[in-house]
Amino acid sequence: MSAMLEIVRLSKHFPVRNGFGRQTGEVRAVDDVSFSIEKGKVYGLAGESGSGKSTIARMIMGLTRPTSGDILLDGRNITGDTGTRAYGRKVQMVFQNPGSSLNPRRTVGQSIAVPLDAHGHPRSDRTRRIVELLEMVQLPAEFASRYPHELSGGQKQRVAIARALAVVPQLIVLDEPTSALDVSVQAKVMDLLVDLGRQLELTFLFISHDLSLMRNFAQQVGVLYLGKIVETGPTATVFENPQHDYTRLLLASVPVISAEEAAMRPVIPLIDGEIPTAEQLLALRNAGGPDSQRIEQ
Amino acid sequence: MNDALLSVRNLSVSFSTYGQTAEVLKDVSLDVPARSQIALVGESGSGKTVTMKAIMGLLHHPPATITGGQIFYDGRDLLTMPARERLKLRGTAMSMVFQDPMSSLNPVFTIGDQMGTILKYADRRLGRSRGKVERMARVHEVLGQVRMRDPERVTRSYPIMLSGGMRQRVLIAMALLSEPKLLIADEPGTALDVTTQAQILKLLKDLVEERGLALMMITHNLGVVRETSSYVYVMNKGVVVEHRPTAELFASPADPYTKALIGAVPRLTGGSGFGRAGAAA
Ligand SMILES: Nc1ncnc2c1ncn2[C@@H]1O[C@H](COP(=O)(O)OP(=O)(O)OP(=O)(O)O)[C@@H](O)[C@H]1O
Ligand SMILES: Nc1ncnc2c1ncn2[C@@H]1O[C@H](COP(=O)(O)OP(=O)(O)OP(=O)(O)O)[C@@H](O)[C@H]1O
Ligand SMILES: [Mg+2]
Ligand SMILES: [Mg+2]
Repeated sequence: MSAMLEIVRLSKHFPVRNGFGRQTGEVRAVDDVSFSIEKGKVYGLAGESGSGKSTIARMIMGLTRPTSGDILLDGRNITGDTGTRAYGRKVQMVFQNPGSSLNPRRTVGQSIAVPLDAHGHPRSDRTRRIVELLEMVQLPAEFASRYPHELSGGQKQRVAIARALAVVPQLIVLDEPTSALDVSVQAKVMDLLVDLGRQLELTFLFISHDLSLMRNFAQQVGVLYLGKIVETGPTATVFENPQHDYTRLLLASVPVISAEEAAMRPVIPLIDGEIPTAEQLLALRNAGGPDSQRIEQ
Repeated sequence: MNDALLSVRNLSVSFSTYGQTAEVLKDVSLDVPARSQIALVGESGSGKTVTMKAIMGLLHHPPATITGGQIFYDGRDLLTMPARERLKLRGTAMSMVFQDPMSSLNPVFTIGDQMGTILKYADRRLGRSRGKVERMARVHEVLGQVRMRDPERVTRSYPIMLSGGMRQRVLIAMALLSEPKLLIADEPGTALDVTTQAQILKLLKDLVEERGLALMMITHNLGVVRETSSYVYVMNKGVVVEHRPTAELFASPADPYTKALIGAVPRLTGGSGFGRAGAAA
C-alpha cells in the first residue's frame, strides 16, 4: 500500500492582533494534524465552520505556509515548494463557489487553456484537448465559447472540474464542491467525480459539511474540531459507531429523510430542553459524563 | 375559501423585465390550518420565496404582477382588502423569519433598539401604545422565549457581537414580538453549521407547539421537511406538483419530480451509489 498524500503533524497558527497591530495571541487554526490518503481513494474531512478545513486545503495547495509539520505527495516532501509547475500538475483544487472561481471575462475554453499553457501543453493540440476535457465532464464542445454568466451553477462547477483535470493531476482537493448546488445537480456532479476518479485513478481530499454526502463518497473520514482531528477511520465505522462527542453531535444534527437514517443518529442528551453546543457537551463529559435522553423528533 | 388560517387559491404571479414577461407562479394553491406545521419544498428558482412575498405583501409592482388568485387570511382576502388593513396584519398576525440574519439586521443599532423600534411600529399599526419600559420588558420576554441565556446583554449588543446562531434567534424573537398566529420561515438556519441549524429547527418546532402557532417552513432541504412538518407542498417551476402528509410523501412519492428529488438525496446510511448511474447531463 502506498500513500498519495501524507500529512504529518501539520500545524498553522495565525497571529491575533489588537487595534494597534500588536500581536496579542494566536489562533491555532490547524493543530498537530496527521492523516494519509491511499492512491485512488477519497478521504473526507468534516467539521464545523472555522475548524480548519480550508486552511489544511490551502497548505496542501501551497497557498499558505505551515507553521510546522510536513506534507508528502507520492512520497516526496513538498512542504517547502509552492506554486511550482511540477507541483501544480500533481495537485489541483475545486472550490466551493463555481461562480467566483471562474474569471467572468474569460470564455470556458480560455479558462481551461490557462493550466494547459502554464504547463507547456502544445498549442497545436489545445483545442482538441479542451473539447476532450469538456466531453469528460459531459458538456458539449460548443460550451468552449460561452462565458460563465451563460452557465448554470452545475455547469460552472463542471467547468471548474474540467479545468482541474486539464493537466491530469494525481490529487484533487475538493473544498465544498457542491454546497452551492441543488440536490439534483449535486447528484450529477458527484456521479461525475466518482466516474472520473475511477477512470483516471484520481485521489481526492473531500471537504464538506454534508455528512450524508460524505458517507457516500469517502472511504475514510477525519472529523476536525478546533483545529484537531478528534476522530478518524473508515467512513462506515465512524458513522456507525462514533466515539467522540463532537462526531456524535455532528451526526445527531443531520436532517435525514428516512426512519432508518434517524435510527442511526446518536442519542444526545438535551440541556434545558435544548440541543447542546459542542462546548457544552464536552464540558458535561469532562464533568462526569452525560446521561442519555433522546432528541425528540 | 375554506377555514384554514391561511389559504392561497390559484395564485399566479408574473415578472416583467426588459419587456419580457415570465410567469413564475402558476395556479398555486395551498392551505395552512391553524396550529399546523407545513413545508413548501423545491429547488432553486421554483418560486418558494415569491410565494412567501406574495403572502406577506412584499412583491413590488413593477416588476411583479399578481395575475390571478386569492390569498385568504382568517377568511379575508388579503389581495382585495384595503392596504391599511393589510399592513395591520403584516408583522403582527403573520410574521416571517429570513435565511440570512446578517442582512436582515442593521449593523449600526443595538439589538434592543431594533427590537424596540419594530415593536413600537407594530403597536402603532394596531392602534396600541406602550411606554419604553414596557416595550423593553416585552423584548426581554421574547428573547427569553427563544432561549437566549442573557437577554439584557443581548439587547445591548450590536449584531456583529453575536454568533450566527444567536442572530438567527434574534430574528425569530423579532418575528414573535407581536404574538403572530402564523410564522413563515424562509430557509432558516441554512447559513449556519449543521449543529446550530439543528438547534434552530428544534427551537422553531418547540415554539410553534408551545405558543400554538402555525408554521410554514420554506426550504430546499428534504431532511428539514421531514424534521419540521406534517404536511408538505412540493414546488417545481412555479407549480405545486404534489402535496400530502409528509410521512406519506417520503413513503410513496407520486410525482416524477418528487421521486427524482428524493432519489437525489444522499443517505446517511450509505448506499446512495454515486457514479453507478453514469454522469448524464
Ligand atoms: N489568514 C488568516 N488570518 C487569521 N486567521 C485565519 C486566517 N485564515 C483562517 N483563519 C482562522 O483559522 C480558523 C480556521 O479557518 P478555516 O477557513 O480553515 O475554517 P473552515 O473549517 O474551512 O471553515 P468553513 O467551514 O467555514 O469554511 C478560523 O478561526 C479562521 O478565522
Ligand atoms: N425581482 C425579480 N425579477 C424577475 N424575476 C424574479 C424576481 N424575483 C424572482 N424572480 C424569478 O422568479 C422565480 C422564482 O424565484 P424564487 O426566489 O421564488 O425562487 P426560490 O424557490 O425561492 O429559490 P431559492 O431556493 O433559490 O431561494 C425565479 O425564476 C426567479 O428568477
Ligand atoms: Mg472552509
Ligand atoms: Mg428563496
